[in-house]
Amino acid sequence: MELTGAQILMKVLKEEGVDTIFGYPGGAVIDLYDELDRTDIRHILVRHEQGAVHAADGYARASGKVGVCLVTSGPGATNAVTGIASAYMDSIPMVVFTGQVPSHLIGNDAFQEVDIVGITRPCVKHNYLVQRTEDFARIIKEAFYIANSGRPGPVLIDMPKDMVARKIEYKPTTEVKLKAYNPTYNPNKRQLQRVIKLIEGAKRPLIFAGGGVSLSKASSELTEFARKAQIPVTASLMGLGVFPASDPLWLGMLGMHGTYRANMCTGECDLLIGIGVRFDDRVTGKTDSFASQADIVHIDIDPTSIRKNIPVSVPVVGDCKISLQKLNSMMDGQLDLSGVAENRKEWFDHIVSWKSTRPLDYEQTDVIKPQFVVEKLYELTKGEAIVTTEVGQNQMWSAQFYHFEKPGHFITSGGLGCMGFGLPAAIGAQVACPDMLVVDVAGDGSIQMNSQEFATAVQHRLPVKVVILNNGYLGMVRQWQELFYDKCYASTNMEHAPDFVKLAEAYGAVGLRAAKPEEVEDVLREGLFSPHTVIMDFVVEREESVYPMVPAGAPITDMLLV
Amino acid sequence: MKEEHIFSMLVDNQPGVLSRIVGLFSGRGFNIESLNVAVTCEPNISRITIMTKANKPIVEQIEKQLNKLVNVIKIRDLTGPDSVKREMALICVNARPENKAEILRIVDIFRCKVVDVGTEHYTIEVTGDEGKMKAILSLLKHFGVKKIARTGIIALFREPK
Repeated sequence: MELTGAQILMKVLKEEGVDTIFGYPGGAVIDLYDELDRTDIRHILVRHEQGAVHAADGYARASGKVGVCLVTSGPGATNAVTGIASAYMDSIPMVVFTGQVPSHLIGNDAFQEVDIVGITRPCVKHNYLVQRTEDFARIIKEAFYIANSGRPGPVLIDMPKDMVARKIEYKPTTEVKLKAYNPTYNPNKRQLQRVIKLIEGAKRPLIFAGGGVSLSKASSELTEFARKAQIPVTASLMGLGVFPASDPLWLGMLGMHGTYRANMCTGECDLLIGIGVRFDDRVTGKTDSFASQADIVHIDIDPTSIRKNIPVSVPVVGDCKISLQKLNSMMDGQLDLSGVAENRKEWFDHIVSWKSTRPLDYEQTDVIKPQFVVEKLYELTKGEAIVTTEVGQNQMWSAQFYHFEKPGHFITSGGLGCMGFGLPAAIGAQVACPDMLVVDVAGDGSIQMNSQEFATAVQHRLPVKVVILNNGYLGMVRQWQELFYDKCYASTNMEHAPDFVKLAEAYGAVGLRAAKPEEVEDVLREGLFSPHTVIMDFVVEREESVYPMVPAGAPITDMLLV
Repeated sequence: MKEEHIFSMLVDNQPGVLSRIVGLFSGRGFNIESLNVAVTCEPNISRITIMTKANKPIVEQIEKQLNKLVNVIKIRDLTGPDSVKREMALICVNARPENKAEILRIVDIFRCKVVDVGTEHYTIEVTGDEGKMKAILSLLKHFGVKKIARTGIIALFREPK
């Protein structure tokens, strides 16, 4: 059968189960768009390539499938880089197709040429330049396999225009064979035995779960593990939702803006079990004093995560789900857990006292507090919405005041901390879950970074809801300036923003505003339950800060409190 | 404490693979002391030998990070006595008439070869381990080294006897 490169791509995409692509056409990918139009794959036309990648990211996280984007060469490809870097930091499975100038022009500084394989090398799991149409099918298969196995991540395929247009005799590729790529899924049994031994002896154990638990779909295994062994659980930003927030063992988030008790627990614990985490600096604070009294167990599928930032007593390289399943069954056979609750009583009493002395709190005055908006959002959605965020204070308040019960419900740019992420990610999540309520909690600064995507949402009738916590500042930077730079608010005042209600209307969306606390609930009710794309502008306290806060580089137990 | 480590790896012989490896070093702040690349008997596989200087946790990271690259097929730490290590250098040294005999004597003692001769210079080919390189360089320095090109260390694991 003779097929063009473009036809091969469509064929293999179908084989890989792709039903949605986020993208933006251009000269180098016209052939592909022409072919794509003849398939039943849904194409979501974004308004900027960064939006396409973030949308594919949100789609991947909400659906558990690989996100796919298609952009053109040159500026199309460079615009995608931020999104790719964000997906790389958060280990999101994604395949990005970029157009490229015809192969004979590569290296000639041709129109819309850029060495995107070179540019993205440090921020992709792997990337390819298609040099022969004959290799195309194999490369696509490999890309999907690499993106979605081991520690997931984005894979980029750069496709010269002539490779896509060329017709070849197509031979179906069946299996992916990569001689050097072989992720370790099964943990070493001896290491797991050591973990069990440590659990047995621990008086003040703590579980620290991260995005890896969500990626390996190990949430129920984790819950079983924590409940069985009676170990309190904290999580990184990326791990929110992997353990139900309503469980008495839940401590809240760990880190720079973590809860008082979660941070104190790491300082006091004698066993810390890190699962699917990478001990990022926003979590550890000063590494020397992080969990300094504890034996640290680190379970992760990526060996480079282990001992990268902190020394570990028991490294376990393996898939979180499989590791937890094995630990759970080993506990059944080996551990006498009847005395555990008794043994840990002192520890739990301690935790309870930390919770009651320093709960997450704020005082609602006659100006709307941003925390109040998130809390109301939580109440009205019964904790069941998919919440995406932008980056900064809006992100931290969402993490603190929206209590996640299930994984895949909190979608945020954790590692890269990429402003402008939330709206396109919400679009992607809404595409993946058309029947769910998807809310982007945004700041007035970050929403302006990708607000062009309102047009995408309206065009594709995606009823995403955007909650803008509008304080007229780049709030998180302002907070740092207040605390550490003598209140010199250099370039963080953002009072010159558009009227978001009018902006919404200009895009054909619904715009609502609340300026007083008593209006918050009504606006949320009206906005959340509308069938349309809605932008809700909440005029909030201008100089509210996120607490607790650990200054960068300080021990995680040294918190600034309200 | 920083120690020298030699990593030898088999990689896919494809464009861009070296760049992935070198980029990993620069991007993560690792250090390359020497680097050598050439194709093996299999045309689609190259061997890369890198000497690096780092403390223990970083050495562990370097090995793991290299291993993670999809194009790195196999990697081995060849530090220590279980491997044979060699380096080659071409050293162009000033050779005034009054020094020629002395230089040739050094060449003889170190079992090197003179590969290019001029009225005012010798170019000497030296092969050996790091110690030998250092020793001969310190002796030739007095005459004035005009140019030097070194291959960087290459190494192979010693097969069982």
